Amino acid sequence: MKIIRSMVLVSVDEASLEHGAEKVFHAFLEEIEEFGLSDQIAVSTIRDVGVHEDVPVVIVYPDAAVYAPVRVEDVHTIVEEHLVKGNIVPSMLTMMRGLTPEVAWTRERRGALPVQKRIVLERAGIVNPASIEDYILYDGFQGLGKALTQMKPSEVIAEVEKSGLQGRGGAGFPTGRKWSFVSSTPGDIKYVICNADESEPGTFKDRLIIEGDPFSIIEAMTIAGYAVGAHEGYIYIRGEYPVAYRRIEHAIHQAEEHGMLGNNIFDSGFSFHIHPHAGAGAYICGEETALIESLEGKRGMPRARPPYPTTYGLFGKPTLVNNVETLANIPAIIRNGGVWYREVGSPKSTGTKVYTIMGNVNFTGVIEVPMGITLREVIDIYGKGMKNGKKLKLVQTGGSSGTIVPANLQDTPMDFDSFRNAGVSLGSGALLICNEDTCVVDLAKVILRFFRNECCGKCTPCRIGTLRLYEIMSDISEGKGSISDIDEMLKISEAMSEVSNCGLGQTAPTALLDVLKYFREEVEAHITDHVCPVGVCPITAHVPELLPVP
Amino acid sequence: MDQAIKQKDFDIVELVNDAIEKHGNTRDAVVPILSEINHKLGYIPSSALPEIRRHIHVPQEGVFLADSHLYSAASFYHLYSLKPLGRHIIRFCESAPCHVVGGREVIQAIQDELGLQPGETSDDKNWSLVMTSCIGICSVGPVFLVDDDVYGNVTPERVSEILAKYQ
Repeated sequence: MKIIRSMVLVSVDEASLEHGAEKVFHAFLEEIEEFGLSDQIAVSTIRDVGVHEDVPVVIVYPDAAVYAPVRVEDVHTIVEEHLVKGNIVPSMLTMMRGLTPEVAWTRERRGALPVQKRIVLERAGIVNPASIEDYILYDGFQGLGKALTQMKPSEVIAEVEKSGLQGRGGAGFPTGRKWSFVSSTPGDIKYVICNADESEPGTFKDRLIIEGDPFSIIEAMTIAGYAVGAHEGYIYIRGEYPVAYRRIEHAIHQAEEHGMLGNNIFDSGFSFHIHPHAGAGAYICGEETALIESLEGKRGMPRARPPYPTTYGLFGKPTLVNNVETLANIPAIIRNGGVWYREVGSPKSTGTKVYTIMGNVNFTGVIEVPMGITLREVIDIYGKGMKNGKKLKLVQTGGSSGTIVPANLQDTPMDFDSFRNAGVSLGSGALLICNEDTCVVDLAKVILRFFRNECCGKCTPCRIGTLRLYEIMSDISEGKGSISDIDEMLKISEAMSEVSNCGLGQTAPTALLDVLKYFREEVEAHITDHVCPVGVCPITAHVPELLPVP
Repeated sequence: MDQAIKQKDFDIVELVNDAIEKHGNTRDAVVPILSEINHKLGYIPSSALPEIRRHIHVPQEGVFLADSHLYSAASFYHLYSLKPLGRHIIRFCESAPCHVVGGREVIQAIQDELGLQPGETSDDKNWSLVMTSCIGICSVGPVFLVDDDVYGNVTPERVSEILAKYQ
């Protein structure tokens, strides 16, 4: 038997790969082989550690020393000093802002950054996502065991309802209530679908959850299946996430081998099977009825609702559709109880929220924090301030379908209620932070182009609306707009919001409406003065004299 | 992409048979089957559609499928192409998060370097430039893919160096 005395984990998220993580990984293998230590030291990979600078990160257990950034040329020193001689190399320990060298060690990790609270991402970046043993070691499958052996399905649902968990896919519907709808619909065949078709620009939390902790989704789906009376589950993963697909496929296989999934789980008599399913590139498939159509092998076009999937879903059967982050909360809720979960976050929005931070800040990446912190805190504490000392102009929250928050509203607490009252959407948790160099016309144009491309074409208000809005905004950015365009855009937006078939059309004009609400003067400057105040738009009308005469 | 298959003449019957064997002949296998063919050939040839339909269309089991259903699905999804693309495919993220951190300048540099407009394939069939929506790596934007390789934090200056790797 091999006795592993030490373990080296190399981060292999995209940012790390970009900075040579693969070479570092192989260099560790070679160096360890060179020193004849292959039998004693394991080298493995971890996915995202939640930060995207100073990567790759290398964690050496059992000392939990965190080295970053590690280059190939550093590997020899780390192996020789740390793994052979047993001396941690202080000069190479991470200087990463906020990420303390203890991060990987503390069992009760508060997170990689101050006041982070991790429930969903508790294990991501700590365990090897390809190892079911790692998952079990970190409380994995305890929730499932408790549910199957000590609780009735109705008690599981009651616990989820007690937790106050609201869906984390964007709409924020109470999860427990959705479960009880599916549970109370009669039928022998029901389905559980994990919606991992995360295509909202700026949102990559679900990717990090699946890639970092795939077993939690398997456990949660099985608990959900037990609670609502389903025996089949699908994980619909967007086609652009091949790593996540492979991780899930592997995790399903391992869980089946260990009897945590499949027939007669834990000898409880309950059987549950999960099928991974890759999408093929369509934003609209994140909408639950479009996702179901796509799963059935058709164009991913939303169905008219009602009937809702809870009564008429996949293949016409009652179907529970939950987002990845929603499901990732479930094992901890069952393990620790709904009351425990309620203590995190704000009274009406319980638990934590995973945010992705990007744009013009010093520090981009992912954080998980209790509900209710403010944008200013996000930018100052986690974003480490604005890049190059520029001024904050606006934040787009919740991805392309989300709202735009001007700098003067950055102290609004981020929870479902406060945001709703301020007319802001929390959505998928994407926070795109934009500085003063951002032109709102250009930004709106890019966002509208996205919706023009992604509209499924089924309903007219969305199909024509997204195209017209993009055309008008494009004209304005080229100095060809007229002042009546603003009214026309408002009219189209209103029609789209009210009569579009699904959320895509209803929310496509959100950012545009906010631009017109908070930055109307800047839009008007493009139209009346033919000037882009920030100097981004390709306006030529005001500088014709500079162009050579043909 | 499997270059070996791409370069010699492919046998569509065999390809479809393999895919059916792997994914089954149920309706929920349609997207995985199309994905597999697209992945292997770089596109979905129209001759594949009746071949797939032959397997999945089982009226006695109440499953009716026409070629047009398959065409409808194949033409809907962004990852599919119905015509052959170049040897290397650049997928450039044109969504807002990449755009605001400098994507605009990078796509211009790519277009200048290759002399291609978005959606075009070069005359020597070496390159296709495809615009794509967010690929979920926003924290290191601007981002693009060359085939399966990810490039993040790209600046216009780095473009020619990256593309040179594929010449």
